[in-house]
Amino acid sequence: MFLFIVFALIAIVAALGVILSRKPVYSALFLLLNFCTLAAMYIMLQAQFLAMVQVIVYAGAIVVLFLFVMMLIGGGELSDSRKKGASLRGWLTWPHVTALVLSVLLVAGLIYGLIAGTLAPRQGNAIAFGQGSVEAIASVLYTEYVLPFELTSLLLLVGMIGAVVLARREA
Amino acid sequence: MVPTEYYLVLSAILFTIGVVGVLIRRNVLIIFMSVEMMLNAVNLSFVALARHFTDLNGQIFVLMVMVVAAAEVAVGLAIVMTIVRRKDTTNIEDVNLLKG
Repeated sequence: MFLFIVFALIAIVAALGVILSRKPVYSALFLLLNFCTLAAMYIMLQAQFLAMVQVIVYAGAIVVLFLFVMMLIGGGELSDSRKKGASLRGWLTWPHVTALVLSVLLVAGLIYGLIAGTLAPRQGNAIAFGQGSVEAIASVLYTEYVLPFELTSLLLLVGMIGAVVLARREA
Repeated sequence: MVPTEYYLVLSAILFTIGVVGVLIRRNVLIIFMSVEMMLNAVNLSFVALARHFTDLNGQIFVLMVMVVAAAEVAVGLAIVMTIVRRKDTTNIEDVNLLKG
């Protein structure tokens, strides 16, 4: 329980760091921290295979891709700064205020609903959970979900072709 | 064992932080990162409920979401790079050719 609180705090602070950082590189590093914390939580939730996939795919590929793109196009930390200087009045435009109010309402509503039991999930039947190991996921992935599995490979191929075509310089 | 509701609350908070990030930041890369954070929050929700119902389908779905997110990041960053090269700005308010 204590471990969950620690990971939750780190995840939340890292998420706030992503959206509040001045420089995009700091945001990418905070995002990396967030992903790794989530991977730790997946281990706590007995999803060890997913935790490793999270580290490899999200932390190891997607964040690296973000950093590469920032290296190529320069991040652009100056484009997000306010023109009139750092003032709180200048920041409180109606989109910002609306975003803040709605997000606070969303979180408050969800938390209230979940804690008070109105949104609580019902206890399901205890089927063979298989402890989230590689064998358990493989036994389901290659039998029951073999079609989505093959389609994801097709999706990745299409994504790769699209990325190569889009990022080409005009020859 | 930590109650499932705590994980769902954390997932809600992370998702909301992602939404706020998309709404208030103007740097296109930070917006993209906030979208990835939203996807991760939903993944956490899936995994927590998979353990709650001891159903492995939740984890399989998370695998699919991760694959889709990876493909989306690849293509999305290619688009972002092309736009930034053309317009020489990472401010999303400058990408307004379709504005009425």
